[in-house]
Amino acid sequence: MNEITPASIGLSREDLPNSYIGRSVPRPNVPKLVQGRATYTDDVTLPRMLQAAFLRSPHAHAKISAIDTASAKAVPGVIRVFTGHDLAKFCDPWVATLDHLKGMKSAPQYPLPLHRVTWQGEPIVAVVAESRAAAEDGVAALQVEFEALPAQTDMETALAPGAVVIHPELGDNLVFTRTAEAGDVAAAFAAAHKIVEARFVTGRHTGVTLEPRSIIADYNPADETLTVHHSTQAPHMMQGVFAKQLRMKEGDVRVICKDVGGSFGIKVHVYPDEVAIAAMARIMGRPVKYVADRFESFVSDIHARDHRIKGRLAVDAEGRVLAFDIDDLTGIGPYSVYPRTSAIEGNQVVNLCGGPYDFKNYRCTTTVVLQNKTPTCQYRAVGHPIATAVTEGLMDLAAEALGMDPVEIRRHNLIRDDAYPYTSPPGMRFEGLSHHASLDKLLDMVPLERIRADQTEARERGIYRGIGFASFIELTNPSPFMYGIGGARISAQDGCTVRMDPDGSIVASSGVTEQGQGTEAILAQIVAHGVGVPFNRVKIITGDTQTTPYGGGTWACRGTGIGGEAALQSAIALKQQILEVASAMLQAAPEALDLAMGEITDKASGKPRMTLFELGRIVYFRGDALPKELQRELVQTRHFITKEYPFAFTNGIQASWVEVDPATGMVKLLEHWCIEDCGRVVNPLLVNEQVRGGIVQGIGGALYEHCVYDAEGNLLTTTLADYLVPMSAEMPEIHVGHVETPTRESLLGAKGAGEAGTAGAPAAIMNAINDALRPFKVCVHEQPFTPERILRALGTIA
Amino acid sequence: MMPITLTVNGEKVTRHVEPRRHLIDFLRLDLGLTGSHAGCEHGVCGACTLRVNGKIMRGCLILAASLDGAEVETIEGLSESGEVADLQAAFVARNAAQCGFCTPGMVMTAAELLAEGACPTRGEIREYLSGNYCRCTGYQAIVDAVEDALRARGTTP
Repeated sequence: MNEITPASIGLSREDLPNSYIGRSVPRPNVPKLVQGRATYTDDVTLPRMLQAAFLRSPHAHAKISAIDTASAKAVPGVIRVFTGHDLAKFCDPWVATLDHLKGMKSAPQYPLPLHRVTWQGEPIVAVVAESRAAAEDGVAALQVEFEALPAQTDMETALAPGAVVIHPELGDNLVFTRTAEAGDVAAAFAAAHKIVEARFVTGRHTGVTLEPRSIIADYNPADETLTVHHSTQAPHMMQGVFAKQLRMKEGDVRVICKDVGGSFGIKVHVYPDEVAIAAMARIMGRPVKYVADRFESFVSDIHARDHRIKGRLAVDAEGRVLAFDIDDLTGIGPYSVYPRTSAIEGNQVVNLCGGPYDFKNYRCTTTVVLQNKTPTCQYRAVGHPIATAVTEGLMDLAAEALGMDPVEIRRHNLIRDDAYPYTSPPGMRFEGLSHHASLDKLLDMVPLERIRADQTEARERGIYRGIGFASFIELTNPSPFMYGIGGARISAQDGCTVRMDPDGSIVASSGVTEQGQGTEAILAQIVAHGVGVPFNRVKIITGDTQTTPYGGGTWACRGTGIGGEAALQSAIALKQQILEVASAMLQAAPEALDLAMGEITDKASGKPRMTLFELGRIVYFRGDALPKELQRELVQTRHFITKEYPFAFTNGIQASWVEVDPATGMVKLLEHWCIEDCGRVVNPLLVNEQVRGGIVQGIGGALYEHCVYDAEGNLLTTTLADYLVPMSAEMPEIHVGHVETPTRESLLGAKGAGEAGTAGAPAAIMNAINDALRPFKVCVHEQPFTPERILRALGTIA
Repeated sequence: MMPITLTVNGEKVTRHVEPRRHLIDFLRLDLGLTGSHAGCEHGVCGACTLRVNGKIMRGCLILAASLDGAEVETIEGLSESGEVADLQAAFVARNAAQCGFCTPGMVMTAAELLAEGACPTRGEIREYLSGNYCRCTGYQAIVDAVEDALRARGTTP
């Protein structure tokens, strides 16, 4: 059992003042954010630092015929110019495949290409100068000749005869394909009472971190060390990447990551321009900074979700799901992105479709192909919004075909709350989920009767409103089964070192990172709770490979579940060590003592015996007064990795209430609800904000965000005026509730919470729009649901 | 290079600037005031929102050379003067900041709304903040914080 009881973690009473788990404690690092006192990478300036700018490809596909750097070198302030060949002497290329994705292939990628450009926006030549402005002047002066080649942009034709093969050495444009099959799909469809089908499209979009990708690399030739200030989610992974590509030892590479201005998966990948910066710093022996501008972000940050999915669902006369049959196709750009690869998103679609439901027969294929567009890779809720939209879109179509209420068809098919452990048809193992409890709780919050009455009444006035539901599952706390078994040096384990300083201050350093989620607040709560000190006595250190235990960083919803458990275990160990030392000083058995609010107390009476200040004074400055054999190091480290389940799945359900204007095709979001079960909620305020932020990113993909290309592969949406992200006025009030099913893999019991909002929101909105459009007998399944697409569905425009 | 003399957060500064130097770069690079951020450099995202001669503006759309004699206030100045201490406290209490990159600009805009002394609804607060993008929070906590600060100042029922 992993119930956190006073006894289980050695607290005297659950309501002790320093029992912080489950409390909405404000984040200690927000004051610096609101006062403009944070340190983002671009805020760092180093002595002799230079600035880089890149010439980026104006073609989606072209041969580089000639590069003349002379005029760029003549620009005042320009120090040096680097081409792909210059960097290849010092930096090895990488190939992004994973061994467990059978048959996967991709081409070697260099920091700057040698002969050919394969997407519009690919960095080609770097200019290093005294200022960014001078570097950009240098880029403008570069003379590069291209021989334009035909571009392969449409994923539907990527494997057709006559397609442009983007990397001829690969033979074709197929990166990966996988089919998961269970039961007898053909027989299930043959026996079905109703079959529904639809073609879904999820629009290619991107993360738009408000802080663009930023890096400063600083090589010191005297001690042969590379220090990289980097806006990243995974400092240790990047330490390994820089070391490997630049032929260095990991111990000679330090990655420092202070404040990060948003990540969402965008900043967990290896970008060629960033590796180029490290290589140039290595060559020049001085610091080089690069910060992407917004245009560069749009063409070079990873994109995601570029999928076309054909789905069929078979149901029986009672509305039971008999089978899902799904065909997914995705275009990932010209390279699989290192080291996570760009096949994972499609693979997730295969793993997750139908996820909330109890059924036997399943077939899902993903086909991952190359194209001459910006590379795609993992972005918040990888694959989940796609799988959820397909699953929940088909469930609503089935409900309509059967004349069933959308809530009832879900209640009828959701996996029972007492059915766990449960293995889904594609083989996902669920330890414990709460679909029915979540649905019940959602219906407590959503005034469904009032909404349906309002809907009927509004329709009479020519106003079309709809409500949509989306159940979902979310994969969190990944084990090595995610990347490690495929050969990627991506840690699924994380560590935490907790120490007590002389005045009783507690300092914890952790391998997980902070990008705004509140990681440091959560860790401080857990450590304060575990050691038995006030929250404000705990300082958290993250984002420095030289001072934190090795770990994976923060991605795939692992910060609290993995990093938090390591923090809890190390905090409990430190408390035990403190009590051992106190027992020697106080001539009392350790079991008779407790540590509460920073004081050693008598466990039975609660009477204070000694402050941590006094204990620290003796241990650090009067060690002579302690018994010789006493272990007195007030520092403990523990690591944590999940062992029983490859992933800790979470679940939830969302509801969206919208109004569609049939005259304009505009969708107005009226209200949104989400019930989410992330196991133990350490800080309800922060979890709610993660869910809300995630929902709004899901709303972005559903309604606004779209990387639009022309047929030649030119990205047309390269400013924030063209690429729309959600703004405050359009966003609805979002109500969040929780069911808590802790994982038994850890004492803390926490699973991830950061991606659930994004996983479910697009499906809920799609179903709400289609509910609103029901009187017109039309529906939309192609995201983003723009006014144009809704008007086209209505037949208003051709 | 053009000589300019202006007041930044109450201090008189004189510098020579390139004609193409934007205010946001002038503050960050020439004065070391890194609290204001460059998010898009084309006037959409609002991360560089600053106060120029008493009104909020985009630091990425103004050339420093045009500001001779101007009075510029940044998040650092507002923080030091205590003018927005209540608003900042509300942001902390409501967790109205996640990554924090948009936050200084968001505070500058919200400060102007507070200074107007009006009595806005939540919808009006949302409209007012629409020129400031936040990618993390989904905005609700920010609206909550601004509403709290308005209420505490007695300008909202």
